[in-house]
Amino acid sequence: MSRSKRLLFVLPLAAFATLAAWFWMGLAPNRDPSLVPSVMIGRPVPAFDLAPLVAGKPGLKSDELKGRVTLINFFASWCVPCRAEVPLLMDLARDKRLELDGIAYKNKPGDTEAFLAELGNPFTRVVVDDTGRTAIDFGVYGVPESYLVDKDGVIRFREAGPLTPDVIETQLKPLLAKLSQ
Amino acid sequence: MIPELGHFALALALVVAFIQMTLPMWGAARNDGRLMALAKPAAMAQLLCILVAFGALMQAFIVSDFSVAVVARNSNSAQPLIYRIAGLWGNHEGSLLLWVAILAIYGAAVAAFGDNLPPRLQARALAVQAAIALGFLAFMLFASNPFARLDPAPPDGAELNPILQDPGLAFHPPMLYLGYVGLSMAFSFAIAALIEGRVDAAWARWVRPWTLAAWLCLTAGICFGSRWAYYTLGWGGWWFWDPVENASLMPWLAATALLHSAIVVEKRDALKGWTILLAILAFGFSLIGTFLVRSGVITSVHAFASDPLRGLFILVLMAIYIGGALALFAWRAPFLKPGGLFAPLSREGALLINNLFLATAAATVLLGTLYPLILDVLGLGTVSVGPPYYNATFMPIMLPLAALTAIGPLLSWKRADVAGAMSRLKFAALVAAAAALLAWWLEGGRPLPLIGIAVAGWLFAGTLGEFAGRTRVFEAGAIGRMRRMPRSAWGMTLAHGGLAIAILGMTGSAAWKQEDIRDLKPGESGTIAGYVYRLESVGAAEGPNYHVTRARITLMRDGDTVTVLEPEKRFYPEAETTTTEAAIHTTGFADVYGVIGEPDGKGGWAVRFYYEPLVAFIWIGALIMALGGVVSLSDRRYRIGAPLRARAARIVPAGKGAAE
Amino acid sequence: MIRASAFALALLLAAAGAAVAVEPSEMLKDPVLEARARAISKELRCLVCQNQSIDDSNADLAHDLRLIVRERLTAGDSDDQVKAYLVARYGDFILLDPPFEAKTLLLWSGPALVLLLGAGAVVLAYRRRRIDVAPPAGLSEDEKKRLARLMDGDA
Repeated sequence: MSRSKRLLFVLPLAAFATLAAWFWMGLAPNRDPSLVPSVMIGRPVPAFDLAPLVAGKPGLKSDELKGRVTLINFFASWCVPCRAEVPLLMDLARDKRLELDGIAYKNKPGDTEAFLAELGNPFTRVVVDDTGRTAIDFGVYGVPESYLVDKDGVIRFREAGPLTPDVIETQLKPLLAKLSQ
Repeated sequence: MIPELGHFALALALVVAFIQMTLPMWGAARNDGRLMALAKPAAMAQLLCILVAFGALMQAFIVSDFSVAVVARNSNSAQPLIYRIAGLWGNHEGSLLLWVAILAIYGAAVAAFGDNLPPRLQARALAVQAAIALGFLAFMLFASNPFARLDPAPPDGAELNPILQDPGLAFHPPMLYLGYVGLSMAFSFAIAALIEGRVDAAWARWVRPWTLAAWLCLTAGICFGSRWAYYTLGWGGWWFWDPVENASLMPWLAATALLHSAIVVEKRDALKGWTILLAILAFGFSLIGTFLVRSGVITSVHAFASDPLRGLFILVLMAIYIGGALALFAWRAPFLKPGGLFAPLSREGALLINNLFLATAAATVLLGTLYPLILDVLGLGTVSVGPPYYNATFMPIMLPLAALTAIGPLLSWKRADVAGAMSRLKFAALVAAAAALLAWWLEGGRPLPLIGIAVAGWLFAGTLGEFAGRTRVFEAGAIGRMRRMPRSAWGMTLAHGGLAIAILGMTGSAAWKQEDIRDLKPGESGTIAGYVYRLESVGAAEGPNYHVTRARITLMRDGDTVTVLEPEKRFYPEAETTTTEAAIHTTGFADVYGVIGEPDGKGGWAVRFYYEPLVAFIWIGALIMALGGVVSLSDRRYRIGAPLRARAARIVPAGKGAAE
Repeated sequence: MIRASAFALALLLAAAGAAVAVEPSEMLKDPVLEARARAISKELRCLVCQNQSIDDSNADLAHDLRLIVRERLTAGDSDDQVKAYLVARYGDFILLDPPFEAKTLLLWSGPALVLLLGAGAVVLAYRRRRIDVAPPAGLSEDEKKRLARLMDGDA
């Protein structure tokens, strides 16, 4: 039996080995197959002009994001992981290098206020996105989502899902240090 | 107490599986009859142990024993009995128990009915079957124990997902598992043949009934699943190219190819290496499917709650079984004696083309399903592969294959007269043209549906024509010839005819579906496809574990009332989920499908109606295919055991059966 | 992993239940535009219930996206422009029909490649074992009759 013909019989095994390798990589612990990567990283913040949650307080416009590092957090009172995130946001809010602004996504004002009253308000400003259009312009597909915007108004980082201490320490804070220089 | 008994039974099954795996295999190597003979009682004992475990878990579900974790997570005391029972396999651990149960059933069946198998083949095949069982039993006992307990036991359980609370759950998973777990038997036989170093016509004949049984169950299982999705998901779709659906389609394609290539091995002693490879791949696809559903590497609406650790376990099992099998193949298959030769234009050639197309189709589905994963792990970004991809790639493979299916049975072995075969298909060509013309006249000129209709007509008429030609149906003695026709020939006719009917259904409903969506207040009406539907009222009611919003809609045609439809929305307070129950009126040739939606806030309701031409043919065709499998299975040449021995005593008239 | 599952769960619960997708109130008055909207929607993936199109999904986000599709169409965008608008925000992942790009080359050419390779393998294997099958000699009348009888019960 010729060498080449023998090799042919090994082909299925080789193909399967490649497949198994891909499956193994797919099992990597921090991989989330339902995660949609953000295409906004490295692009300027989309234009928006949102009204404040509480009348009389300042709203938030996209142009106002220049000159300082901002963490924009989309949240809602009906979202369970958002509740878990609040203590971490409260901690983060104490970091003077950034400003934390919250956008309430499709939430009745009364519910949002109750949420913040109960769990604490980590945000410098809280504005309202009733229609969800601003969220769509950001590429948001669920709550909570957080976006780190640099001093030039460019999006540098996005976390879909609630922030975790791990992500804050290993990804957010180092980036923050770089952007604050 | 009883759950403990079940747990113990599983552990016992593990021990028995180990014995069944090692001793008969060793016995076969040393030609030791006594060791080989251990396989049969071991297989029976394994089945018994697993049935005890299954019964124990079933008992826990039926009496709602919430101290068993699986019951607490998937059942509720308010749930109707049928869903407490069927809920056993509506979750990861319970469905694994169903998995090993079916492994054991096939093994025991080969032990009980395999008396005409050569002892070494039977011993080795049962040993391999036990090896598979060993892996999955270990998986269960160490990583997915269905008998894990909760202490203290909760007062009531979390309800079974309401979408699963449907009669479909009683039929679809068991039938599906009988199918793709059953392919393990073909796999075991293939490994046994590789170890023996011999694949011959006899082997193919022994393997065929088990493959056929698995194939027909898989066909029926996919059919049930599609039908269930159709009436439960509320928009009249029947296939979504969801990764888990694809996971059942790939083994089906491979099993269909295997059935056909096994014929060539049996009749002409050719395509041996390829057939062995197919038997390995068919079960390999089943394992890939199991992996995809339970590991979480791919998102799917069908997936069980995913756990990468479990995924790793299954991946290791896959590496052992499939990797091991393919390594054995690479080593031993080159030594298989090459078989009979044939001209390219012959029935063997046609079956080879059949396999080529089916293998390409399976590879296409695999590619589409895994591509997002592959790009993602290689860091190349994300794409999403949906129905548009499969429609563009899968259909151009399957439609020509279906067309060729009409020609294949008309070709003779070794070298065929293709021109003669084609001339016998003149009538089929006429039927195809007429069907396409009719469709064009009724529904307009888009080419793809017309092609689908033409192929369906061609295949149906061609299959009937082959049957008519074989039985010389217009000559005297036709009934006698029909009765003498082997059951496997009947099976082929039914299966190919059923395929044609299913293609007709798929084309009709995909191409010519109509919909009407509007807000209606009680008393107002809408129209669809010549029907008028009038919303009479929307009321509330109570089910055993849900609240119902039920609409009464009168369906009328030409002024006469056809029927009253009552679509529902059900809200399950325990699970906080809403499901829709569509109301379907079928004329056989089309379905009128009504769904009640949300209130529009102005006193009206969103109502949507669909008109689905020919959709029922999909499932009727699939069931006819499965029936063909049943008929074929009952062929006397595959019936093994006592009846065959009795018949052997009769003198076979000269000429009868000699053509085999 | 649990965190991600919780997030996904939040999304899924928000969209729970069987789909009753396009609402009458969303539909455009112009049937041509509405038909285009439905066709485009069928090609866009719902990012919440990820194996459905936004046409089929009853998720909140799907509803919003359906409205956006109709708005862009009413504003005069072409089909491609509408899709580009959403791809600019969500990336290629939102397209159910994978685009033709370098990274999807293998995906789109795969099936044809497999078929060609398979056919090639078959041809090669056949060539290596060329056969000569002599045409059968003619049958005598008697043999023809016997043959006919045999064929009666043939498989």
